[in-house]
Amino acid sequence: MTPTATIVADRLTRRFGSFTAVNAISFEVRRGEIFGFLGANGAGKTTAIKMMSGLLMPTEGTAMVGGFDVSTEAEQVKRSIGYMSQRFSLYADLTVRENIRFYGGIYGLKKAVLNERAEHLIRDLGLDAEADRLVGELPLGMKQKLAFSTALVHDPAVVFLDEPTSGVDPITRRQFWEMITAAADRGTTILITTHYLDEAEYCHRISVMVDGTMAAYDTPSAVKSTLGVHTMDEVFLKLTRTSP
Amino acid sequence: MIRFDQVVKRYGNTTAVDRATFTVERGELFGLIGPDGAGKSSMMRMLVTLLLPDDGTITLDGHDVVADYRFVRRNVGYMPGTFSLYTDLTVEENLQFFANVFGTTIQENYHLIAEIYEQLAPFKDRRAGALSGGMKQKLALCCALIHRPLALILDEPTTGVDAVSRAEFWSMLRRLTTTGITIVVSTPYLEEAALCDRVGLINDGRLMQIDTIGGIVASYDHALWRIDADNTRTALQVLREHPAARAAYLYRSSVMMSTDQELDPEHLTHELLRSGVTGARVSRAQPDIEDRFMDLMLEHA
Repeated sequence: MTPTATIVADRLTRRFGSFTAVNAISFEVRRGEIFGFLGANGAGKTTAIKMMSGLLMPTEGTAMVGGFDVSTEAEQVKRSIGYMSQRFSLYADLTVRENIRFYGGIYGLKKAVLNERAEHLIRDLGLDAEADRLVGELPLGMKQKLAFSTALVHDPAVVFLDEPTSGVDPITRRQFWEMITAAADRGTTILITTHYLDEAEYCHRISVMVDGTMAAYDTPSAVKSTLGVHTMDEVFLKLTRTSP
Repeated sequence: MIRFDQVVKRYGNTTAVDRATFTVERGELFGLIGPDGAGKSSMMRMLVTLLLPDDGTITLDGHDVVADYRFVRRNVGYMPGTFSLYTDLTVEENLQFFANVFGTTIQENYHLIAEIYEQLAPFKDRRAGALSGGMKQKLALCCALIHRPLALILDEPTTGVDAVSRAEFWSMLRRLTTTGITIVVSTPYLEEAALCDRVGLINDGRLMQIDTIGGIVASYDHALWRIDADNTRTALQVLREHPAARAAYLYRSSVMMSTDQELDPEHLTHELLRSGVTGARVSRAQPDIEDRFMDLMLEHA
């Protein structure tokens, strides 16, 4: 394990009955790295993320996340990570401020710290006028930016982003990537899944899962040149079309 | 085949569809493209008679969708955004059910679905709820086609679907248009515009532009520059403040900046260096549909 690695997976495996969803994957993600976790539907990404979040026990192998073992220190792992997905992240019937306080409270932030962070976050997002509005009334793009900031409110070592930009307009999508890049520069490790293949090019390194294994694991340009192709689309087609 | 004329849909104080006007020709593959909440589903639901317009008219093959809703219901195939078949019926039972409801048989129009259904045939006795995502989608498409509709209306069939399955789905649609069927499909993936004959770009309830992808990209009338640097984020901050910049965005590992005037790349490199941005390389970039879409968003804001 390199000293700066925040995620270290070693032959991480998960079986469901006779089906192997994740088959002995090994990889490292460094501190402050943006790591694209790609693959077709059903390739094993979600199962792997669940194991790395301490929500699902590995059948074999290990994963260390933020210095904790997902098999034996699942609770510490959960405290060290943030999570956001397109489907569920914020409570629509709580206000902006209530959502931030709720998440910060769950992660055990002291009231004074939490209040300060909440106000800071609201200001950074330019949400001063909307702070007491219900989240359900905000436009999708704003919701997604708020969800991302909220996932970072307890200053986690790692944040898992599961298709965070699905369905948002292109301006918001680029603003969102600016936020991700800024968080990574501050030292937060980012693991992100996406169906927008052009987004793989924002990542420092990527992996492509095919049938539970890692078919590629390198920088976007190295993955392309190894396969002798020019676009991420071609990478994806080449790797995933070979499987039945 | 399909005509929208000044169509409006409001929900309370929100205008979900604002005076939408467009036509779709017979046999055309037409895309409604825009982010979530843009109004795509509302347009489609009005077209298939599931929602009443507050203003304006919609016709299908000359029939008004409100006054002549029975004609419309008989003659459209609709695939909503969420899986809406009967999960506790088998693959074959679902197809049989939809054929019966429309007073036809699977045999009568089998040629329309043959190519897609053959991939499902090995699972014909499996309950629809137990199918994989890709298979569910194929079955839903078969059920929407089995009564030989004039028009097929597909609400975000490729959302959340991986790139490979998406490519397969689009080639199925393309082959269907050769039978003369008219297809309207919505998607949040802008690059899928390239797979349609024509598209309407939608944001915030407004149809901002209707054209072929070539026409849309060609209507981008600014200069676009790609700037790579040792530190992209610093470069972005500096470029945002640049007097010539209309807009600057982080895009992949570069900064993209649009300007209304020509720039001397070498001069810009020097300017950046003076502001502390090292290793800058400036080159002219080709706009794509996202650039035009963002431009339209700014114009309509």
